[in-house]
Amino acid sequence: MDGSKGPGLSRRRFASCATAAAAGWIMTACGPRQLREMPRARIRKALKQLDREYSTRYGKNVTVSGAPALPGVQFAYALDLSRCIGCRRCVYACVEENNQSRDPQLQWIRVLSMEKEKGIDFAHADAYYNPAQVPEPGRFYVPVACQHCRNAPCTKVCPAGATWTEPDGIVVIDYDWCIGCRYCMAACPYGARHFNWTEPSIPKNDVNPRMHVLGNRPRPAGVVEKCTFCIQRTRAGRYPACVEVCPVGARKFGNLLDKDSEIRYIIDNKRVLVLKEELNTLPRFFYFYAT
Amino acid sequence: MAVEVPPPPFSEGIFPCTGCHAGMPVNRNRRVLTEMHTDIVFKHDAEHRWCLDCHDATDRDWLHLASGERISFQESYKLCGQCHGEKLRDWRAGVHGRRTGYWNGAKQYLLCAHCHNPHNPRFRPLAPKPAPLRPTAITEARHGRQ
Repeated sequence: MDGSKGPGLSRRRFASCATAAAAGWIMTACGPRQLREMPRARIRKALKQLDREYSTRYGKNVTVSGAPALPGVQFAYALDLSRCIGCRRCVYACVEENNQSRDPQLQWIRVLSMEKEKGIDFAHADAYYNPAQVPEPGRFYVPVACQHCRNAPCTKVCPAGATWTEPDGIVVIDYDWCIGCRYCMAACPYGARHFNWTEPSIPKNDVNPRMHVLGNRPRPAGVVEKCTFCIQRTRAGRYPACVEVCPVGARKFGNLLDKDSEIRYIIDNKRVLVLKEELNTLPRFFYFYAT
Repeated sequence: MAVEVPPPPFSEGIFPCTGCHAGMPVNRNRRVLTEMHTDIVFKHDAEHRWCLDCHDATDRDWLHLASGERISFQESYKLCGQCHGEKLRDWRAGVHGRRTGYWNGAKQYLLCAHCHNPHNPRFRPLAPKPAPLRPTAITEARHGRQ
């Protein structure tokens, strides 16, 4: 080294790089951040803001919860195929509880009618059955919504990291982070994800004001949504809305880690199956035959 | 172990049964009722059973088990469970029948009779809620027929 000006770092260059780096750091730290990376204090602030926005928009006292997963809880669901009569009470209870768009119509639960002769056969299932009375002779019904897979294909394909599995097993979507590419819809083998092609509309009176930020808060246009096991209810200890409305008691919900739960009783004592087992998605949504 | 349940679903004005039955002579002969309770359609192993197999003859406000033990209408699930033992087991576990309340706390149970008419227990068919709109119907509603 002879002390002459080499190609090294000049004072000016160092200063401008350092300034740029600092500015970049400040912008990422203070700019919009994904919900699951936000510190709790900031989440609380964001929730307060959502409370205000929704309360003004719907003219009622809306609370948006950010309740995290309860420790020691792994949710699972079971549906009794020998009982379901295909009455679709669950579909509409879900729409009301979870603030789904009435126009255009969007429904998280789809009830498929299948022929008893053929067994579970998606290729010939009919979601648009409309007889005067159900059950129809010779048919059985398979309600399908998000299966909350432990090996979920949908979360893997999201290029934005906007959908993930929570510690209690619920697969959630950050509606502020979803870019609407619909890769997850293509990846889901159960058709459980739905896209808001336009601004969803819900009559103000019908809006459920008890919301969760990852659950039933009204969605903007251009994002994907789906069943969240009624996260706003189940993280407060309550049953999902579909469980409470089912007139035949076919729907069961609980904590897999609690050996006295209904769900464990079913898995221990009943014939249990999952849909499309061969895909290795490992659903948390089980179907069973109680009889 | 008794389970907490809502009041049994009596037809209006029918309970207490002793309101009428108190002074009446007891006729234990199996027969078709012609004067009262004619609205009851009995389709529950009708070939082998009739009223007094479940209803107590000496005090009509009670039911009785096969053993003769008297039980209240609140505990009628024990009576049903004499034949439907596996259903009773599932019901106690929370697997047969509808539950409301808390998955990690207090749950509300229903009696068998809240969903099944004990005299005619087969679950009655229901009218389904409307079918979902087909995607084409949704587009047409917004943009007219293409």
